Order: sequence, then structure tokens, then C-alpha cells
Amino acid sequence: MSESNQEHLQATFDARVAAESRIEPRDWMPDDFRKSVLRQMSQHAHSEVIGMQPEGNWITRAPTLHRKTILMAKVQDEAGHGLYLYSAAETLGTSRDDMIAALHAGKAKYASIFNYPSLTWADIGAIGWLVDGAAIVNQVSLQRTSYGPYARAMVRICKEESFHQRQGYQIMMVLARGSEEQKAMAQDALNRWWWPSLMMFGPHDAESAHSAKSMQWKLKRESNDTLRQRFVDQTIPQAELIGLTVPDPDLKWNEERGAYDFGEIDWEEFMQVISGNGPCNKQRLDHHIAAKENGQWVRDAMAAYEEKRRARREAA
Amino acid sequence: MSNRELPLFEVFVRSKRGLDHRHVGSLHAEDHEQALEYARDVYLRRSEGVSIWVVKSEDVVASQEDDVETFYEPMEEKTYRHAMEYELPPEIKNM
Ligand SMILES: [Fe+2]
Ligand SMILES: [Fe+2]
Repeated sequence: MSESNQEHLQATFDARVAAESRIEPRDWMPDDFRKSVLRQMSQHAHSEVIGMQPEGNWITRAPTLHRKTILMAKVQDEAGHGLYLYSAAETLGTSRDDMIAALHAGKAKYASIFNYPSLTWADIGAIGWLVDGAAIVNQVSLQRTSYGPYARAMVRICKEESFHQRQGYQIMMVLARGSEEQKAMAQDALNRWWWPSLMMFGPHDAESAHSAKSMQWKLKRESNDTLRQRFVDQTIPQAELIGLTVPDPDLKWNEERGAYDFGEIDWEEFMQVISGNGPCNKQRLDHHIAAKENGQWVRDAMAAYEEKRRARREAA
Repeated sequence: MSNRELPLFEVFVRSKRGLDHRHVGSLHAEDHEQALEYARDVYLRRSEGVSIWVVKSEDVVASQEDDVETFYEPMEEKTYRHAMEYELPPEIKNM
């Protein structure tokens, strides 16, 4: 490609981004933009899929049949979210199989929060309320991301998320208004999920490796700290309303800012979990690999059946 | 003179960057390339779009509303999939 042609392509790309337009799959795009979108979408897709595990853990033990059907529907939605995102990522020419191979090889990441265990039924409430709540804040912002297929997947996903958060909050509400034991269970779940939920937004803006470039490309629309603050501000009143306390002694309403001040995240823990040393990292990955291997006979049977049909068609 | 009918193509247009392609109609053409050109002439004479997809109509597999009752029925039964099924205190806005 001639130099001036390259410059022209870059200028067209820059102008589209500047004009709040969207970059579509067949458009020319800089290599590192392509890599960044792919990394972000595959990470997001893996998070949806791995995120089914802590919740799936409680399907057989949900307290009522009604709660069980709700939880199944929610987990099923998350599988769908994974599929929307894998297919959006595939528009960049990388196959889902390749993305999953990278996950299994430890080369692709997923949200670190799913490496924490779901110990009690209240955790299912806390996950829906806090983890989906944090995801929604992030995903609403990403509805305006500059890569078209990603933005459209976000619109579709956001439509389904409201149910997730509401069912979770309702579980917490019922427990918080229940017996002393039930209330303690809800508080314990909040204690354990609060900080990991804040970590979901990633490192501080100044320390975030990919942030600056992503913001410039409008791939990321708002900074990690902005989104985290929004989540805190909307969640604290929700906790207060049902009589639960967020485990942060530094939490305080700041009149001047019109926002909550809150304590520092344990970044050492964040780094440990992200680099594979969380409580359930190994379990999550092993389970995903085993699920794939255990389903191999189904894929083999389908391929054999298709082959037979093809042969029969050709013979006819 | 040939009486052979040209194959039918379905046409999808992306009206603007950022939006999904939407079905706008169909047309007859010799092959995919020609279908694209015809689609441009038939459906995009006034800059109605920035991208066109053409798909052979025979390649479209479609379901019908009354094909299979059980295909859609579960959706009406499973109201718990909807956010509004979960009653929350009035203080909670926008969840
Ligand atoms: Fe999701
Ligand atoms: Fe969700």
C-alpha cells in the first residue's frame, strides 16, 4: 500500500471516530484498534460464559421452584450474551474456536469477579444486584462504543439485564426483611461481593494500560473511575433502603462533589486474582474445558449425521 | 429466446453506520454481483444506505408464526423473564 493511500485510510478512520460514527467490519481500521476491540470483545464474551458458573452452582439448590426457574432463565440469558459477543467478535475474522482456545491456554482473560465462590443463596442475590449492576453501568456506556457490531450487541444485552439486577435485588430484599439469620446471610454476601464488584471497573484511570488509547478511539466512552463512581452512587441508597451496610469504613457522602467518597480498593488482591491466584480461577477454567470435552461426542455425532445425509443426497 | 427466470435475491440495507442491515425487499438478478448493482439502482437511488447485503432467497430458511405452537409459547408462559415481574419499593428508580 502506498504511503499516501495509508494516510488517506487513517484519515477516514479518524474522521469517522471523531464524527461519532461507527466503524463497521469491512472498514479499514488500524491494526492495534482491531486488536483492542477483539481483546475487549473476547474478554467480555468469556466473562458472560464463565459468569454462568457461580450462579449455576445454585440452580439445583434454589429455595423454591419459582426461584429455580428464574435463576435458570437468568443463566440462560448469560449464555446468550456470550453468543452475541462471540459473533460480534467473529466479524473481525477470528473464529469462536480460536477465542476459546486462547481462553483455555490462559492467553485470554475474563472478569476477575467470577473467580470468587458463591457460598450461600444470598450470593445469588448479591451477584444479580451488584455484579450485574456493575456490568450494566459499563454496558450502558458501551452502547456508544465506536465498533458497530459491539455497540449493537450491547444494546441487545442491556435490554435483558434489567431483569437480572431486579431479581437479584429482590432476593436480597426478601432476605434482609427475613429472620435474623437471613439478614446476616444477606449482609455476609454483600460484604464478600462489594469490593470485587468495584474491581470490575478495572484499575484507576492513571494505571490502566489500555484506557487512554481506547478512550481516544471511543472504544471506551467513559473512564474506569467515572463508571465506578456512578455505580457506587446508585448502589449505596439501594443498600440503605433494605438495611444493609456496605463494608467500607471510609464511605461518606461528599456534599461538595455530590457523590460518595469511598475507600481504596485492595489492588494487590485484584492483581492476584487477575493473574490466576483467585479462590476459583483453576476451578472455573477446568470446568469450562471439561464441559467442552464432555460435549465432544455430541459434536461428533452431529458431524457424522451430516456426513451421512450428504452422502445419501449425493447417491440419490 | 430464453424464458428462464432470474433467481430471486433478498436485499438488506444498512441505512447508516452503526445500524443493523434491514430487509428492504427483493429483486431478480443473474448472480450476486448483479444483484448488488440492481439493489443499488432499485433501493438506493437517494442515498438510503451505506452498505447492501444480497442473499439468495432460496437460502433463507424461515419460521412461521403458526408453524410450531411450542416455538413461541414458552415466552408467554415465562413472565419471570421480564424485569417488571419483580416488584421493588418505589424508592428504587431505574433498575
Ligand atoms: Fe450478561
Ligand atoms: Fe446479566
